[in-house]
Amino acid sequence: MSSIRTLSPPFVLPRARLDDLFERLRARGYRVIGPRVRDGVIVLDTVKSSADLPVGYTDEHAPGRYRLRRRNDDAVFGFVVGPDSFKRTFLVPVQRLFRARRDGDRVRFSPEPVDTSKVALVGARGCDLAAIETQDEILAEGAHADPFYVARREAAFIVAVSCSESRSSCFCTSFGTGPRPTRGFDLSLTELLDGPHRFLVEIGSAEALEIATELGLSTASEQDQGAAAGIALRTSRGMERQLDTQGLREMLLSRLEHPHWQDVGSRCLACTNCTAVCPTCFCVDIVDKSSLDGESHERTRQHDSCFSADYSAVHGHPVRNDVAARYRQWLTHKLATWIDQFGRSGCVGCGRCITWCPAAIDLTREVARLRDDVSLETDP
Amino acid sequence: MTHPLVPHALRVLRRTQESHDTFTLEAEAPEGFAFSAGQFNMLHVPGVGECAISISGSPRRPGRLVHTIRVVGEVTRHLSALRSGDELYVRGPFGSPWPVERAHGQDLLLVAGGIGLAPLRPALYAALARPKRVRRVALAFGARSADDLLFARELERFRAQGATVGVTVDRATEGWQGPVGVVTKLLPELVVDPPSTVAFLCGPEIMMRFAARELERLGVAAEDVWVTLERNMKCGVGTCGHCQLGPYLICRDGPVFRYPRVSRLMTIREL
Repeated sequence: MSSIRTLSPPFVLPRARLDDLFERLRARGYRVIGPRVRDGVIVLDTVKSSADLPVGYTDEHAPGRYRLRRRNDDAVFGFVVGPDSFKRTFLVPVQRLFRARRDGDRVRFSPEPVDTSKVALVGARGCDLAAIETQDEILAEGAHADPFYVARREAAFIVAVSCSESRSSCFCTSFGTGPRPTRGFDLSLTELLDGPHRFLVEIGSAEALEIATELGLSTASEQDQGAAAGIALRTSRGMERQLDTQGLREMLLSRLEHPHWQDVGSRCLACTNCTAVCPTCFCVDIVDKSSLDGESHERTRQHDSCFSADYSAVHGHPVRNDVAARYRQWLTHKLATWIDQFGRSGCVGCGRCITWCPAAIDLTREVARLRDDVSLETDP
Repeated sequence: MTHPLVPHALRVLRRTQESHDTFTLEAEAPEGFAFSAGQFNMLHVPGVGECAISISGSPRRPGRLVHTIRVVGEVTRHLSALRSGDELYVRGPFGSPWPVERAHGQDLLLVAGGIGLAPLRPALYAALARPKRVRRVALAFGARSADDLLFARELERFRAQGATVGVTVDRATEGWQGPVGVVTKLLPELVVDPPSTVAFLCGPEIMMRFAARELERLGVAAEDVWVTLERNMKCGVGTCGHCQLGPYLICRDGPVFRYPRVSRLMTIREL
């Protein structure tokens, strides 16, 4: 496990003072977004106080299955990840890029202003932080950084949460992204339920240290630190699902014409759920629309999915007609060619695509089946 | 930070009908605009959409931005209605260039299929502009029929400037006296010194695969063959994901690739 980047020794925050943290964030101009129960799932939305959080809830995950249950305690973060992710905060599902207006024989473009309003994201897990880092590399760095993404990203304060339990879909340890956040946060909480209900608070930014100081938090004891480390270790050890990443890229690229793609393609509904819930999937469509009178236009950027037929269409004809080809594109991009394109895997091991696949397709199982068959290898 | 997805308005200077379905727009480029042969722009029609079009003019005249466009869909149909004085909305240039400098001291062979001649024309201009740098310049151009030939008069000018130009059609119409058949048939005659030949290919993928195979048979090294690929392009800057081909984002890593980098990918169905 990589060492945690912190700016000070950890503090301890009593459960009863969690709302004081939210209050401090609001006083600094942040809108607080965090987990909430809605329609039987945990979503991410504005939270006013800790009473809005899924206190006393837990979640059950299996391929194609998700259920919320009551816990026997009042744990505040006693669940893992829902279908939502903070992707929606930074790469918004529908982003207007410009408006255009006809002016005689010319068209005047008005670029959409960027949104710099401050948001505090509460409850980002290790896998979520890795997903944000993954999208940063694509959208916030390089010659063509996206100004809308960058503005929202720069205006964010991230309160991470260390996972105290794992679920059957989870495999963050395969990618080393969790369960304990090690970087990419301003402030990180580990919920301690033994003894007085409290949080170990780790500091990842100067602003977080200011907030801890404003709150007058006391330094965490060695026992508290040991308890948090123990929770992370137990969560890691309890994780059953694994994805063997050894030689994964080469293995997949050597099996681009393997018959198993047809097998998984016959089960896949091309519903786009996996790409919608994936916290790293970044594909967007660019949509131009016109008013009925043709005088005004606008361009938006909208989440798109490689599972839709139009996604690959050239001159109106999809390159990937077959669902098997679309599944192959998604899986090999996520686990193999993402590395060629952006220098890292596109998977963070959050398991959302497994839980939310209505056909219960489990990418770790598909990879294992491709890997097991050595009979049809071709040169990469 | 300016947004890479907002186009610039340029003034159309001239529209030329090249064939029954293909036309050329010349526009006044913005101050300081520069591009390399093989690069493309995104051409936008407000409220309708946008498409990737290669620049077909001379890189030595960057002030005059030239695109040759075949009408294949709604956006190109709207573009074909533009006339001198109208505004053209452009983002770019994007993508990797033809490595013309690799042909210095060598023979340069261009193999074009149909509209594929348009993205190759800037490379031809560049090579012919410096006759001492590139030893011999040859063009093999295949079109569906004589009615689909592009830049017919200009092909004569290229010949006058020293290029060897071979033209073939899939289907002969009345009055056609040239060769009939696939463009690969022209190659044995045009490849004079195979080990010292650099080839740029642009056309349908199947044509490029067969042309590359023929060039290999003739003794041209695969590393000296370059192709340009097309996929669905939406952003042009590598952030929308649409133009992927295996490990590549065509708009960012291409569209011009050294053939061995993509030859296997080009044979996998629906990749």
